[in-house]
Amino acid sequence: MKKRFNLLAVCSLAGIFMAGCNNPSSSNKQSGAMATNAAERVYVAPGEYDEYYGFFSGGFSGQLSVYGLPSGRLFKVIPVFSQDPEKAYGYSEETKPMLMTSHGFIPWDDAHHPDISQTDGELDGRWIFINGNNTPRIARIDLEDFSTAEIIEIPNSAGNHSSSFVTENTEYVVAGTRFSVPVPQRDISIKEYKGNFKGTLSFISVDQKTGDMNLSFQIMMPGFNYDLAHPGRGKSHGWFFFTTYNTEEAHSLLEVNASQNDKDFIAAVNWKKAEEYIKAGKGKKMPTKYAHNKFDNSTHTATSTMKEEVLILDASELPGLVYLLPTPKSPHGCDVDPSGEYIVGNGKLSANLTVHSFDKMLKAIESKQFDGESYGIPILKFEDVLAGVVEQPGLGPLHTEFDDQGNAYTTFFISSEVVKWKLGSWEVIDRKPTYYSVGHLMIPGGNSRKPDGKYLVAMNKITKDRYLPVGPDLNHSAQLYDISGDKMELLLDFPTIGEPHYAAAIKADKIMHKSREIYKLDENKHKYVTKSPADAKVVRNGKEVHVYMTMIRSHFTPDNIEGIKVGDKVYFHVTNLEQDFDVPHGISMLGANTTELLVTPGKTETFVWEPKEVGVWPFYCTDFCSALHQEMQGYVRVSLADSNIELSWSLDDE
Amino acid sequence: MKKASVLMIIGSGLLFSLFFFPLWNIELGAPQYPVPLGMNIYIDGIKGVKEFDIQNIDGLNHYIGMKTIPKPEEMWEFTVFPIVIGLMATLGIAIGLGAFFEKIKPVFFLYWLLLMGTLGVLGMYDFNLWLLDYGRNLDPHAIMKMVDLNGNPLTYEPPLFGHRKILNFDAYSYPHIGAYLMALGMVFVFAAYLVGIKQYKK
Repeated sequence: MKKRFNLLAVCSLAGIFMAGCNNPSSSNKQSGAMATNAAERVYVAPGEYDEYYGFFSGGFSGQLSVYGLPSGRLFKVIPVFSQDPEKAYGYSEETKPMLMTSHGFIPWDDAHHPDISQTDGELDGRWIFINGNNTPRIARIDLEDFSTAEIIEIPNSAGNHSSSFVTENTEYVVAGTRFSVPVPQRDISIKEYKGNFKGTLSFISVDQKTGDMNLSFQIMMPGFNYDLAHPGRGKSHGWFFFTTYNTEEAHSLLEVNASQNDKDFIAAVNWKKAEEYIKAGKGKKMPTKYAHNKFDNSTHTATSTMKEEVLILDASELPGLVYLLPTPKSPHGCDVDPSGEYIVGNGKLSANLTVHSFDKMLKAIESKQFDGESYGIPILKFEDVLAGVVEQPGLGPLHTEFDDQGNAYTTFFISSEVVKWKLGSWEVIDRKPTYYSVGHLMIPGGNSRKPDGKYLVAMNKITKDRYLPVGPDLNHSAQLYDISGDKMELLLDFPTIGEPHYAAAIKADKIMHKSREIYKLDENKHKYVTKSPADAKVVRNGKEVHVYMTMIRSHFTPDNIEGIKVGDKVYFHVTNLEQDFDVPHGISMLGANTTELLVTPGKTETFVWEPKEVGVWPFYCTDFCSALHQEMQGYVRVSLADSNIELSWSLDDE
Repeated sequence: MKKASVLMIIGSGLLFSLFFFPLWNIELGAPQYPVPLGMNIYIDGIKGVKEFDIQNIDGLNHYIGMKTIPKPEEMWEFTVFPIVIGLMATLGIAIGLGAFFEKIKPVFFLYWLLLMGTLGVLGMYDFNLWLLDYGRNLDPHAIMKMVDLNGNPLTYEPPLFGHRKILNFDAYSYPHIGAYLMALGMVFVFAAYLVGIKQYKK
């Protein structure tokens, strides 16, 4: 107890010292853009392209934003877990199933860690995965469409935080639970946490051709909190590493009660062993319920299927499946270097950074010198697996990424800085302030065998005085550093969307050429597609009316509809007939209780309108599509429910 | 004589390339079309450079009341041209073979070339007539009726050869691979004639 007190005293002293060093205004002057030609190095001239695509998670916005690097220009916000009125995502009839869960329709989630698919340990740019933290889900975004292709819910999980990270060949996307919960869920006292609550680590297999995800198996773990994860690579391919905290198994006031143990664990999971156990029939099928939602690019429609079973492997019963590596003080980030040898545990309450060795871990496992066990899972000896310690690098280490020169870069939340240090010698080489309270950092390919050591992006939680003030709620921010030299150089500072928890970046030329321009109308298999204005029609089926409508510059067919009645439920199935790049058309209806549709060329989308009043109500194109955009409009006549006006539709009275 | 005949056969045979390569190309670029829309004109029809170019050109042209780009069955030329080219190529090869076996004098190479030249000029004339009709014969109900400073209606025909600015578009019209191969063939035929008469005189 006395020892800890001293440690804290050292920490706080160091904090004061470092805060002094990192006085932002003084370093600002030293590294002004004029002095270092920083402006030139981030300037991407009009019409020219950035070198990298950067994908930044939207955090509590639920989305994924796409930025250019080094310019910091925002290209797109891809809706993933949250409804997006701009693109009608989660509002159109076609996309609503994407947000279905076993708890029903959920219009939001907390999007955390994007990770780009890999082949042979290198980013391949096929897909990007991201986790929904709140109602556990994993999404796959197709990087031809830059849109969400699939969302799979994770059962037996709560606070899906140690997710979504891919293995070296995208064999699996891995998702771990933050909260442990009763598995299966049941009505018990919260005080009975210890021993009764469980954590699960989920392995979702990915079809290499289609990208289709399948919840392959879950590993049942003790009731810790599983914070972050990263895959082994190279020689450690086949293993997956998860940081844990709350190994105390506290159920209340965690900030105190989960900070008591001197060391928590990094759980090393041998997933190749898991595959063997499954082959040997050691998995147990458990009834559960989770949604699996897929968007089909030929029907332009999502489907949601409820799955009812999951395969469980119990880590307490299956030897060799999981080992625990003691790691000081509630480690947060769990980062594996490009060679696969070093596993960095960023103990957020520790004064030092702990680095484990994969080779030593294997040796320790072989010699079976364990330091006890936890729920039947062997605990390795700290000294046996330790590769080295970075002494006193800063306060509140959270995350580490790597360059291609054997250097590591760690963010320090409390001392608000990025620290560069050397793998192997564990010496600190450089430190630079961030503005302020940095969380994640990202180096393009930093979570792969081939990092691109040119830029580093720090993502900050607090911005305070960094931009013009805009009221009490502020954007989070990102800072771009040049890391090609010995010393890091701050080049650019830009606001972000929501709260970026992690980002992933990839060389632009790996994906820019396959980015889709249009959907082929010929290949459109939507149930309500209208491929030619001649096929446009309005069909009544009791109180349900289906409008088969087309749009092309610059008119709707039909644009006059009569015979709609109060109390009808009118489905507008609108097909954009354009086959020209960047010519979307929108449509919105006065009084419709939903958003506009924004229909890209060759696609069909649907919105529903339930007219409540008689009258003649207009609709119009919401995207300035052409010189005659303002003329792109129409009327629907709504009559009383008992009126005998025949259903009719026309364009130019024909 | 054999050398000349082979040149004649190759030269006239090159006409067959017109069945595979476009004769002419028209490109339409604009601020909104940094990658220009384009059409390739073959002897048997007009095709878009990219899959949907024709559809998109037609879509834009409807604003100014231009007719749609003709389908093969809408213009007699696309039926007749392949027959004429096929016949001329066959005739040229036949003349070449005749000369090879010394049944035909090389002056027939020149007759063939003159006939081909005449047909070529007629073809270009006809093509230009179509361009003029296409650019000037506009729908009176067109959405945009543009006039010049003197109040005369604007015309939109692309140039037969070279560049023309048409509203926001830059139209470029140039021969394409088929035309170049045909021209090369004509050079071969003329060379065949020169070589042929030299050897024939010996």
